[in-house]
Amino acid sequence: METRNFQRVLVWELPVRIFHWINVLCVLALTLSGFLIANPPALLSNAEATNLHSFGIVRYIHFIAAYIFFFNMILRVYWSFVGNQFASWRALWPFNKKRWGNFKHVIKNDILLMNDKKPELKNISIGHNSVAAFSYLILFIIALISVFTGFALYADTSTWFLPKMFSWVTPLLGGDFMVRNIHHIAMWGFILFVIIHVYLVFFHDWLEGRAEVSSMFGGYKFVREERIKKVKDVAEKK
Amino acid sequence: MPIDNEQRDTYYESIIKQGYSRRDFLKFSTYMAAFMGLESSMVGQIAESLEKTPRIPIIWEHYQECTCCSESFIRSNHPIVADIILDKISLDYTLTLMAASGHQAEAAKKAVMDKYKGEYILCVEGSIPLGDDGNYCCIAGKSAKETFLEAAAGAKAIIAWGSCASNGCVQAAKPNPTGATPIHKIVKNKPIIKVPGCPPIGEVMAGVIVHVVAFGRLPELDRLGRPKAFYGKRVHDTCYRRPYYDAGLFAETFDDQNSKNGYCLYKVGCKGPMTYNSCGNIKWNNGVSYPIQSGHGCIGCSEANFWDNGPFYERTTKIPGFAVESNADTVGKVTAGALVAGVALHAIGAKISKRKELLERSKRAKTNEKNIDF
Repeated sequence: METRNFQRVLVWELPVRIFHWINVLCVLALTLSGFLIANPPALLSNAEATNLHSFGIVRYIHFIAAYIFFFNMILRVYWSFVGNQFASWRALWPFNKKRWGNFKHVIKNDILLMNDKKPELKNISIGHNSVAAFSYLILFIIALISVFTGFALYADTSTWFLPKMFSWVTPLLGGDFMVRNIHHIAMWGFILFVIIHVYLVFFHDWLEGRAEVSSMFGGYKFVREERIKKVKDVAEKK
Repeated sequence: MPIDNEQRDTYYESIIKQGYSRRDFLKFSTYMAAFMGLESSMVGQIAESLEKTPRIPIIWEHYQECTCCSESFIRSNHPIVADIILDKISLDYTLTLMAASGHQAEAAKKAVMDKYKGEYILCVEGSIPLGDDGNYCCIAGKSAKETFLEAAAGAKAIIAWGSCASNGCVQAAKPNPTGATPIHKIVKNKPIIKVPGCPPIGEVMAGVIVHVVAFGRLPELDRLGRPKAFYGKRVHDTCYRRPYYDAGLFAETFDDQNSKNGYCLYKVGCKGPMTYNSCGNIKWNNGVSYPIQSGHGCIGCSEANFWDNGPFYERTTKIPGFAVESNADTVGKVTAGALVAGVALHAIGAKISKRKELLERSKRAKTNEKNIDF
């Protein structure tokens, strides 16, 4: 049987990978500490309040993680303007003709599990596909909602200008009740996203065998040789 | 030549006439400065202002309400508050406290409104029903909305007493059968001070009104139109049980040992962390206590829609806009479970639908495996 040749391609640059894993850790820390804050466990302790600060520490972790999450996000937005084609904001915007075609292809082939009669190499995305791009766009919006509501709740206990910048959110939504509700519901958005995201990453790795999972560690994916211009040809053209 | 026989007394003159000493007056000024959160150097300014300012006429309207705001007000810390600022001297119209009634009372109000147009302060207690042409609340044959618009037209400023006038309170809770509406949604072109709470703290009410009469302008307001001096902090942030919160020591039920120990009431539904008010520092009944000190969680009475924001005795996250009383965590868990099941089904589906592709790939990979050149 004839086998296929693949080329190694740098897809995720180092800053993108660092962003991804810091983001993972932050979301994990924020969700776990968030659940604890929403519904603290009963503490079996005879200590006086003077000698305990357990809930304060949980909140502290939440706030620290929130700041890291926020600045990490800003750096990623910056990188979407200076990074490579896969990190670019253009790759995250699925609403143009070419990407929309890919969107329909992914929905048909990967979500509804239909098979193309004649599979075309061009249909296989090298970076993230258009549906994934769309899901990151939604995640970005959920993250913004979390940041705005989170800092709004935090603003009144802070003296720093940064969280204070978000204090207009509370009156806009009518009070802390609503802000807190939305913050809590946004967290569920992250959890649901993670379930789908992790599954689809494994799914693609298993189905396509192009190192989808390990690409977020090493940065490399494998692309069919036919899709890559020969270095010699490119040099000749010039 | 018409004789102006209605030369108004200043506040100071009224106070002295009522039999209070100057010492009482200065004490009162000091109290007020303290409530407003002013420096001690401001005491003199308040006193001076009350000495020089002729009393400002006040019309106090009652619409859909329970009069708890008035009750709270007349029990304010210093007797001068109830006695002088409102009850006997300044209050030109209030259904509950005035001696006049019927046509006389309405005529008195009309006279004040005409004479002091643009000068009087309109205090509103209660929400205004807009449903069914406002027929749910009528006074002297006129609907609350009609009366309110008439009184608001000539007012210098409007004070919205309590959650009813500020947010609609209980009568505006879903399904709001009477169409109860807070006043800031009806009148937009007048300065409105919101003093939410059910009722607001008497000292807070006194502080607001003394600020208006003593300085002739509104106190500093936050974005929701509440005086910053009293609504700038959450009950939670000024609560004496806060150390238990930070320590993670919570009452699990109202009858457990933790509750007896005075631990934080967060887990039994205290809404202090979402509620802006002065209960934690000014307290109630002349500073005796406040709900949390008495062992009951805050119900968030000074926040908008506090009746509709989930149960008082539980910490849950209600999904806004959902009529069903399900909390966000339940919905989240069910959705997550459904997603996991869906994902598992999808994986099985993929195994079947993509079997050809998988098989070919596997064959190619096995061919390579056999051809490894050691």
